[in-house]
Order: sequence, then C-alpha cells, then structure tokens
Amino acid sequence: MPLVLNEEQNMLKDAAKDFCTNNTPITQMRKLRDEKNENGYDTGTWQQMVELGWTGITIPEDFGGLGFGYMGMGVVMEECGRTLTCSPLFATAVVGSSAILHGGTDEQKGELLGQIAGGELLMALALEESPHHNPYGVAATAEKSGAGYKVTGSKKFVLDGHIANKLVVVARTSGAAGDRDGITLVLVDSDAAGVSVTRTIMADSRNAANIEFSGAEGVLLGEEGKGADVLDKVLDAARILLAAEMLGGAQECYERTVEYLKTREQFGVPIGSFQALKHRAAEMFCEIELSKSVVLEALSALDEDSDEVPELASLCKARLNDTYNLVSSEGVQMHGGIGMTDEYEIGFFMKRSRVCEHTFGNSAFHRDRYGVLQGY
Amino acid sequence: MSNLDNFRQETRAWLEENCPASMCEPAAEDDIVGGGKKATYKNPDAKLWLDRMAAKGWTAPTWPKAYGGGGLTKAENLILQDEMFRINARTPITGMGFSMIGPTLLDYGTEEQKLEHLPKIVSGEIRWCQGYSEPGAGSDLASLQTKCEDKGDYFLVNGQKIWTSGAQYADWIFTLVRTEPQAPKHEGISFVLIDMDQPGVTVKPIRLISGNSPFCETFFDDARVEKHNLVGQLNRGWTVGKRLLQHERSSISGLGSAGRRGRYDAMGTLPDIAREYIGLESGKLADLSLRDSVTRNTMNLRAFNLTQRRAMEENESGGTPTFATSMFKYFGSENGKERLEIQLKIMGTQGLGWEGDSFSQAEHTLTRTWLRSKSSSIAGGSSEIQLNIIAKRVLGLPD
Ligand SMILES: Cc1cc2nc3c(=O)[nH]c(=O)nc-3n(C[C@H](O)[C@H](O)[C@H](O)COP(=O)(O)OP(=O)(O)OC[C@H]3O[C@@H](n4cnc5c(N)ncnc54)[C@H](O)[C@@H]3O)c2cc1C
Repeated sequence: MPLVLNEEQNMLKDAAKDFCTNNTPITQMRKLRDEKNENGYDTGTWQQMVELGWTGITIPEDFGGLGFGYMGMGVVMEECGRTLTCSPLFATAVVGSSAILHGGTDEQKGELLGQIAGGELLMALALEESPHHNPYGVAATAEKSGAGYKVTGSKKFVLDGHIANKLVVVARTSGAAGDRDGITLVLVDSDAAGVSVTRTIMADSRNAANIEFSGAEGVLLGEEGKGADVLDKVLDAARILLAAEMLGGAQECYERTVEYLKTREQFGVPIGSFQALKHRAAEMFCEIELSKSVVLEALSALDEDSDEVPELASLCKARLNDTYNLVSSEGVQMHGGIGMTDEYEIGFFMKRSRVCEHTFGNSAFHRDRYGVLQGY
Repeated sequence: MSNLDNFRQETRAWLEENCPASMCEPAAEDDIVGGGKKATYKNPDAKLWLDRMAAKGWTAPTWPKAYGGGGLTKAENLILQDEMFRINARTPITGMGFSMIGPTLLDYGTEEQKLEHLPKIVSGEIRWCQGYSEPGAGSDLASLQTKCEDKGDYFLVNGQKIWTSGAQYADWIFTLVRTEPQAPKHEGISFVLIDMDQPGVTVKPIRLISGNSPFCETFFDDARVEKHNLVGQLNRGWTVGKRLLQHERSSISGLGSAGRRGRYDAMGTLPDIAREYIGLESGKLADLSLRDSVTRNTMNLRAFNLTQRRAMEENESGGTPTFATSMFKYFGSENGKERLEIQLKIMGTQGLGWEGDSFSQAEHTLTRTWLRSKSSSIAGGSSEIQLNIIAKRVLGLPD
C-alpha cells in the first residue's frame, strides 16, 4: 500500500489548501460562533465545496461522484483540519455516503448518492446513546411496521444532527445492548413525525445534536439484524478520515507553536533556545511523522478494501487522538498567557482535538480493539 | 514476466540451492559473524554461507560491482531481503565495515581507497571498528584530543579512544583525530584509517553491565598511518565523520531493514511473550494494565515501521540518509528499550535470571538483551543529542 501521494492527489491537496486558506480560515469559524449562526456552517462556502466536487470524492462515478477514493478525501480533510473548517463534509460525504454505499440497495444508492454528490442531501449518523463511544451498546429499538420500521430511543452527539435531512439511525431489532447481532440501520427523514432534534453546542463550536425518536418511521438500510457489518465499515472509514482531519489540525497547531518558539523572547533570547522546550518540540515532531504514516497507510487500505482496515483504523485513531491531544496541550503551554486567550487561535485546536478524540472511539477504546483484532 | 519477477525467481532458486540448512535457524549471540582475520567459525556452514554470498557480492548487495558489491538496485535488494526473510536465512555477515565505513568511503573515498578497502569488507577478510569517542569527548565529540602529526611521508598518531566496540576483533580502525590544534574545534579534525596490526596500537577490553565485553579502550603510541589513508581533506574530517554518524544512526534504528523483524525478537514478539507468560482470559491478556502497555508499544512499533517504509518510498533516489535519521534513532531506540522493560514486567523474576539452569536459554538472553538495550540510546549519539539535532536542523530552533 503506497505511503506517498500520487500526482493527482498532490494537486487535489494543493487546491484544498488554497481553498481552505482563502475561503475557510479560522476567522470564519470564529464568526459563525460569535454570530450564533443557526446552521453552524456557511452555506455559501458549502456550495463552493460542492462545486469543487468534494462531496463526491469517495462516491463512484456510476453514482454521480468523482471516484477519487479515500486517499483523495483524506488530503481534503487534512487541509480542512488545518483551518478548523466547519462544514457538513464529514458527516455527509464521509459517514453518510459510506453508509449508503455499504448498506444501500442499488435503488437507494442510485437515488441518494447522487443527491449527496450534488450537495442537496445532508446526512447524519445517529449512533451514540452515552457520552462514550459504544457502537454495539445501542438500546434504541426498531420495530417492523408495514414496509418500513418504527424507531424509538434517544441518541446523543449526532454530528450535524440539527442540519441533516436524513438520519442513519442505529437501532436494535433483537438482542440486548452490547450484542453485535440484532443491530439494524434505519433511514429516517429528520422531518418525519416522532423525531425531535435539540442542537448541542460543543466546545469546538461545531455541530451536533441530541435526537429523540418516538415511533418515527423510516426504511431499512442493509439487512435486518446485520446492521453491525455495515456499521463497522462506516465507522472505520469515519475514524480514518477523522484522523486525517486531526492530522491537519495537529500539524497546523504544531507549526504555529514552533514558529512562536522562534519569535517570542524572554531572558533576552528566543524561548526556542531553551532545551526543555526544544526537546519537547522534537518529540512532537517524531509523533507527527509517525502519525502521517499511519494515516496514509490506513487511507490506502480503505482504497484497496484491505482486510487490515479495522486494525489500521484503530491504530490510526488511537495515535491521532494522542498526538493531537499532546500537540494542542503543548501548544497552549508553550504560548504562555496568550495561549489562554480567546483572541489567540491556538486554543481552538485544543478544543477541537478533544471533541475529535471522543468521536468514534478514544484511545483506550482503540487500543483495546487493536489487541482484540490481533488476538490478545 | 517483468525483470523484477525474473530476479525474484532466480534469487529464490539460488538461495534454496546455496543457503545451508543450519543458516536458516535462529542465530544465538555467538553465531553472529563479523569476519576479519581473527574470526573463528564454530559452525563451518557459517563460513561457507559467507563465502558463497560474498562471491555474488550479496553481503553488500547495493554496492557497485567494481568494489566487489552486488550492484543491485534498491528494488532488487528489497527482493533479495524478502527472499532471505522468507526462508529465515541469516545475514551472512554484519559489522561496521558494512554499516559505516563502507557507505562513507562510497560517499567520500578516493577511487584507490574504494578499490583497496571495499572488496575486503565484502569478502569478510577485514573487520573494522570505530575510533571516535575519547574519555573527554563523548556527546561533545568535536572536543577530541587524539593527536595526529604530519611527518612528511606519513602521519604519527598518539592518544586514547574509548568505547571502541569490537576493537579486540578488528583489523582496521577508522578514526577522528586532531591535525590542527590551533584551529576552532570543528576545523582541526581529520578522518584517518589506521591498520591495527602494528605495535603502536593496543586494545584493552571493558566489561559491561550485561557481563559481556564488547568494547575496549584503544591506545595509540606513535601509531603510523600512511598518507593515502586520509579520507577527505586534511582538517575537514568533521564533514566525513558526521556523514558516517548518519549511516551509523540509520543502522542502529534499523532503517536499512524497514519493516523486518527487529533485533530483539529472538524470543518472539511482545504479544507472543505476553501470551506465554501471562495468558489470555476471554481472549484478552489477563493483566489489563500490562495489556495496555503491550498494545501501546506494539502499535507504536507498527507506526514506526510504517514510517521507515514511508521514508524509503519518499527517498527512491538512493537512500542518502537525511536529518530524519535522528528521529529514527531516537524513536527506534526508545521504543526498543520500552519493549524490553515491558517484557521484563511480563516475565517477572523469570526475566531476571543471571546464571544456571533454572532459566531457559531464551530467558538468559532476555536478561542480557534488556541490559544491552540501554546502550541504544547512548551509543551513536544519545537520545538527548538526537533531540538537539532535530530541534536545530529540522525545526530550525535557535542555539
Ligand atoms: C554499547 C556502546 C558502544 C559504543 N561503541 C562505540 C564505538 O564503537 N566507537 C566509539 O567511538 N564510541 C562508541 N560508543 C561511545 C558513544 O558514542 C558515547 O558513549 C556517546 O557518544 C555518549 O558519550 P559519553 O559516554 O561521553 O556521555 P556524555 O557525553 O558524558 O553524556 C552523559 C549524559 O549527558 C547527556 N548530554 C550530553 N550532552 C548533552 C547536551 N548537549 N544536551 C543534553 N544532554 C546532554 C547525554 O545525553 C547523557 O545522558 C559506544 C557506547 C556504547 C554505550
């Protein structure tokens, strides 16, 4: 599996960098936050992303996408991570589209993937029911009703839940919370009766929601009771692409910190001449280099649909959780007092890192999973 | 079929025909071949295997044929390593000739120097050692004092080196010596090759915490050096010496063997050992705190191996080590040390045996390996020095 970008991927990366630097700098996120924007993202910018084709990067050409693969999406996510870009890209064009790709019938794919690529459909995955990632722990129920299913239960931390038009709800048709069997995915329109959405404002100023389902009607996505097979694939893609975003954020935060070490003076010298700070900066350099490698390997594995995807997803997410956490904490520390101010942007990376860390599995979750996958 | 596929088939066939069966078994510490005039071979197959591989130049696969090497491309060499790995073939010979002075002569040596020294490294005839460190010059290597005087036709060397690994087995030593005492410390140093088979050179082994004596003090009393054994320009030896250090660090961090079995894996991987000594409970290692250490270290090792592979892929051009070697040296040795510490915790007192039959051979090896691993973050430039180098050269942080 290649660990270097090809020419096309490099071009896409450069284009994404240009776009994010010019159109979605961190000041945009700050503005959305301060004006309490009810969408939580800028619709004009989103339209531009759609026009650039970003929504269709991982969608096959047959279904109206670009068929550019996960490596391509990865470089875009990485650049979005650098500027803390707020957009529905992740929830819709990574999580939503892969749910339809892996679980949908030909008809569903034909109908929905084109809408995703075209930017008309926003999606969200309604999975968690507690503050900790626990994919098989769902207690929400789905009951057969006519041609569809009725869903009941409470979902937390649904990314983009308050703006999505369609929700992929992870519910249970049999078994008990904790069982892998019996999980069923149901596609529910967010304006259906029995769906009640409450936006939750998170520390990173990004979009999430708590959603109550009380007998809301939807249609089956995938097979009844076998939803975990699809869910695992969707989650692994999500973990890897989120890790790509985190890699961008970690690098940006780190580069800003190293720059500050060179310019801030105390005791008559740049603070970067102090060995206590140098060594910590050099250690972070190593962690970031290792992080780049695991993200590239995992993205390649997704594109090749390799058997190693699950273990690489865990390798990748655990490492990026830890690296982004470290780099963003040190970023604040090494900036001193100014690092604690809202006016200065370095703290935004710390807030974003922690939300990412708890999205789709913290490091303990993924180390445990890695061990299990390796047979210990 | 592509040329590479052909090469793979031929290589596989040749190895199967020529690699003695006993050379596909795991090597104990004293099975490792370093060559040289003083070498003894407790298993005659080891010598046979060395001679056969050397005849093809495959002891130094990528060196040019003109100097006795295999003349293989990087891709061909990867195939060779792959095929050797497939049958568990031992590396026929290792040492500082291959990992340090050879590559440095290829970079900086004259044609005569390459023709004189490289073929004897390839064949295993001459074994080399490294005379850099002195009692007063370790991390601050450039403060070295060993004196080298110009006597017209030749040089005369006087002084002391220390921590000279393998000096008692070596035939030649490459050294950094001071040729211009008045100059600023980096500018009065030269890089010279010294034949150790002369009265002016004596060595005295030093015993380590692992119980072995793999290194020595090396004394020079009017040691004679012919002028053609100066590598690079007079007083410009620091440049040559630094390049050699990069080759050394690449080899300590296993950069040349990306993704392959690590040096300390004689006992199996960390999870294997944990399964054996701790056991599983409902599919997971029974001690959850140790299990977390095991997964952490193993996952870091995998990320590290991937990064080695990425560095190779990025560096298709010819593998000239860059400053990233400091990162590999640092992370590789720290991860390796941590691995052995976890291994000790897993094995408990069974991992701390020193002598006698209450411990298996593998357990004895572990105790010594654990102790020896501590040197990986000291030798070849300590971890702290690697971090200094990254901070200065890669991050551009001020002095
Ligand atoms: C097993 C082994 C094999 C060796 N083989 C060889 C060989 O074959 N040939 C050879 O020439 N040498 C060899 N060496 C020597 C090795 O290169 C030196 O030990 C090493 O460079 C450190 O020097 P020192 O021992 O004098 O320690 P010191 O330089 O005195 O260091 C002591 C401590 O101070 C720290 N320190 C020093 N300077 C700084 C700084 N600027 N910033 C932060 N911390 C610092 C070090 O990291 C270390 O922790 C070998 C060493 C070992 C352990």
